[in-house]
Formats: sequence, structure tokens, C-alpha cells
Amino acid sequence: MIAPAVLLTIILSYIPMSGLVLAFKNFRYDLGVFGSPWAGFENFKYFFLSGTGARVTFNTIFYNLINLITSQFLSMLVAIFITEIFGKTYKKICQSLIFLPYFISWVIVGTFIYNIFNYETGTFNSILKFFNMEPINMYSIPSAWVWIIMIFNSWKWVGYNSIIYMAAITNIDAECYEAADIDGANIFQKIRSITFPSIMPTIIVMLLLNVGRILRGDFQMFYQIVGNNGQLYNTTDVIDTFVFRSLLTSSDMGMTAAVSFYQSVLCLVIILAVNGIVKRVNKEYALF
Amino acid sequence: MSYSTLVNNRIRMSKSTIIFNIIGYSILSVLALLCIFPFIMLLSGSFTAEQSIAQYGYGIIPREFSTNAYDLLFKNPGEIVHAYGVTIFITAAGTFFGLFVTSMTAYVLSRQDFKYRNGFSFFFYFTTLFNGGTLTIYIFFVKYLNLKDSYLALILPLLINVFYLLIMRSFMTSIPSSIIESAKIDGAGEFLIYVRLILPLSKSGLTTIGLFILLGYWNDWYNAMLYISDYKMYPLQYMLYNMLSATEAISRISSSSGIEISNMPAQSLKMAMAVIATGPVLLVYPFVQKYFVKGITIGAVKG
Repeated sequence: MIAPAVLLTIILSYIPMSGLVLAFKNFRYDLGVFGSPWAGFENFKYFFLSGTGARVTFNTIFYNLINLITSQFLSMLVAIFITEIFGKTYKKICQSLIFLPYFISWVIVGTFIYNIFNYETGTFNSILKFFNMEPINMYSIPSAWVWIIMIFNSWKWVGYNSIIYMAAITNIDAECYEAADIDGANIFQKIRSITFPSIMPTIIVMLLLNVGRILRGDFQMFYQIVGNNGQLYNTTDVIDTFVFRSLLTSSDMGMTAAVSFYQSVLCLVIILAVNGIVKRVNKEYALF
Repeated sequence: MSYSTLVNNRIRMSKSTIIFNIIGYSILSVLALLCIFPFIMLLSGSFTAEQSIAQYGYGIIPREFSTNAYDLLFKNPGEIVHAYGVTIFITAAGTFFGLFVTSMTAYVLSRQDFKYRNGFSFFFYFTTLFNGGTLTIYIFFVKYLNLKDSYLALILPLLINVFYLLIMRSFMTSIPSSIIESAKIDGAGEFLIYVRLILPLSKSGLTTIGLFILLGYWNDWYNAMLYISDYKMYPLQYMLYNMLSATEAISRISSSSGIEISNMPAQSLKMAMAVIATGPVLLVYPFVQKYFVKGITIGAVKG
């Protein structure tokens, strides 16, 4: 019964993996992946020597880290509040509304952002004009996009992630809370001493799963939010958008494969290291 | 504990509970407003007259109400209806097969008597760590499997999601193994146990994962961008994307409806298209909401 999935995974993931030999080849479409001549480390050269490699690697890790911290923290907060405060109907409504952004594609999120920040008709500038302030062209301020991306990433995922934490919280034995009530613990003490330790395994799994993709930028998000705004590349270009763009513009297949290879190897090394450390500290918490 | 300290505790408890509730209500309310706000803007924008947008920008309530954009979209609904058809077909087929393969695999991996469950779990998880990247998969699909301009190219990439597989497996691990044992004694085969016992017991897990897969297919524009070049095969989101990024689609509508490009309600038309592309999938939500929290249990790769 496991065969269909194994077969599909081999076809869709493991066989294409062999295409990574392109990283060391000079790809020619007519000769195919395996017929093309070898190129050694030539393909890696440009990416790293031009400084692009360092920049996009930094951006990718930077965004993943701040997005991980902000969105997970916010999700935990939301999950705790939704499970603990009074008022069933109000909670339900809030939960539904907060989950709403998960339903829409990045294409539409990109539209929202454009509606808010575009120079001529954007809501942001309408508000500024209302207060008699000079309108701002966000699309020429690269540093602003760090915040915009962080906020919209949290905005899109907070409903989804908070459900994962909510599920973990509802699994906690109610007797723990009752015992704490009898001992006179207040709600903040209960959250610190019961809720938090109980959802620790979930927090760690979520962290580890995210660390495993720390070098993979959310292509759809960056592409739809930033698009082809060259002015913003310095602060918003991640490995995945860079790869995609260079594929479109220069069709340098060798370099693209080299970057993918670098990304995969580094991902693997990082997760093995982090998982190893977690395993040392507490075997239960390790991902594998 | 004396009576007075008990009363004191009560008072302190309720005080902190009140503070907690005030903070909770404010944070949740602000977040909920932030989440709904862009949707209201989108809806209002789609019903606003074009000059009003150009002059005053978007607002919460349309300054000048107009159904111009929708009239125009539905004047020549052929393309949209067709894109809807493509999206619905891809979403239905993908969700069905995705759910089937995911749940069947998760069931095998959840069985404690399956010796190689950790090995196979890692076999799947490994693909999220190490993979060929977009390029090699693209070359493989186009050159070796010949999937350019094929609906399979839209279905296959999203079929198995390892994260959902892990969630589903954790969910099924909580099904008592005694149920499976007793069915076996009654002479049921493995596949029968899976279909008759495991699937009905996993309703909330299946609903939750089903919604995730469904949304993945419904919102996919990326694979269409890579593999679909025939305009007739565009799914809804990719059509929307084209409409938003280029004026290509708009000019096409303009030529088929006989309206000059300069007179096209471009902004409100984009909004209306976004509303049309998102609307139906939001309607699914109320039906699946009650299963959500029950359906998600996330565990490690090992089990």
C-alpha cells in the first residue's frame, strides 16, 4: 500500500535529483542531461565570485529567521488567547477571520500590497494625503520591504500555524489546570507552568521543520510581493528568486543547477547538525 | 487555608483573568480586523467606478458604486468559465488522488508493527531537505516525461506533501491498534481495514488535510507558469496573475468586447477578477471548520 507513494516520490523527487550533475556540466539541450560535457566547478564560480551568492544566501536565511520567529510567536500567542479567553462566539469569529488570509493565493496578496502601497492610488498614500503629508513611494525604499514582507508573511500564516498550536493546547489534560486552580495559580502562572511546557514538543518540531528549509525562500511570496522591481533586489532577493530570474534572463542552466545543489547540500548539513544537537540534549525532541 | 486568604486568592485570580481577557480581546480584535481589511478593500474596489479609484484611491466603502467591472467580465464569460473549469478539474482530481495516496501512506507509516516505518518516513522527509530544485524537475518533466502543456504537470508536483503526510501519520497513530488487531482476526485484509475502518475514523484528519491540498491546487499559479503555454489551458489563478501583471489579458478582453483600452476599468477589473477567483473557495470554509483543531497533530519524522 505504500508502493504508490514510494514510486511517485522516486519519479518526482529522486530521479530529478540526478539532474544535479548539471551543476558540474556545461548543459546542451540537444545532448541531454547526461551527454553534456563536464565543466568542473566553473558553474559555481560566477555565483560566488560576483558576491551575489553571499547576498542572496544572507537574505534567504535572514528572512527565514525573522519570519520564523515572528510568525511562530504570534501564532502561539493567538492560540493561547483563543483557547483561554471567555466568549465562545467571539472567539470563533476571530479565529475564522484570522484564518482567512491562508485561503488566498500570493497572487492576490500581491494585489493587496500593491493596492496599499502604490504611489498614485494606494491606501497608504491616501491616508498620508488626508493628514496633509507628502506621499511616499515605497517601491523606491528597499529597507521598508523587510518590514512589509515580515508583516505580510505573519499575516498570511498566523491563522494556519495557530491551529497547530491550538491542537496541541487542547490535548493538554484538563486535570492539570484544575489542580493549579485549587492551588490558587493565576492564569499567567498556569500558562507559564502548564501550557508552555506541554506544547514544547510541538514548538520544537515546528522549529526543526522550519530549520530544514532555512535556505529555501518562499518563491511565491517574494515573487508576488516584489516582482521585477530591480530597485528592491538588494534587500529582497532570495536564492529562489535569483535562480528563477537568471533562468529566465540568461538561461544559464549550469549555474542554476549549481545554486540548487549548493542550497540542498547546505540545507542537509544544517538540519543534520541541528537535529544532532537536539538529539544530544533530549532524544525525545529530535526530528529523526 | 483560612477563609480570608481563599477570598484574597479569588480576587487576585479574577483580577489577572480580567487583565488577560482584556489583552486577549484587544490583540485578537486587532488581528481579525487586519485580516479582514484587505478583503473588504478588494470587494469595495471591485464595485467602485474607475475614475473614483484614480482620483481618491481605494476605500472601505465604494465612493461611487458601479458594477462596470463585473458587467465587463461577464459580457464575455467564455474565458473565465473555461478557466474555472480547468481549476475545478485540477483541484478535484488532485485533491482526490492526493488525499488517497497521503492517507494510505500515512496509514502504513503509522502502523507500529511495520518494521521499516522510520526508514520510509525519512525516505519521504529527505526530499524536502535535498532536492533537484525547480530547474532539474522542469527539465525532467518537459524533456523526459513530455508534460509541457499537460494537466498532469499541474497535478503531479502537488500530489504528495511531506508535511501533510507527517500530520496524517501522527493523527492515525492515535487510532488504537486493538481495532486493527480485531479486524484482522475477523479475517479482513489490509486494504479492507484501511478503507472500512481507518478512513471513517480519520474523518477530521482527512477533512483538514483535504482542505490544505485543495487550497494548494486552487491557488496554484506557479506550475501553470512553468508548464502551461496554451492560453486555453490556463487555470484561474494564472489567468488572474496574467491579468494583474500584464495588460495582455485585458487587451484581449477589450478587443473581444469592442471597448477601447483607455476606457477599460483596469483597476476595478483586476479587483473583480480577484473576487471571482477567491470567492468559491472561501465558501468551503464553514463546512470544514469544525474538524480543524481535531485534525492536526504534528509529530516528528520518526514515530
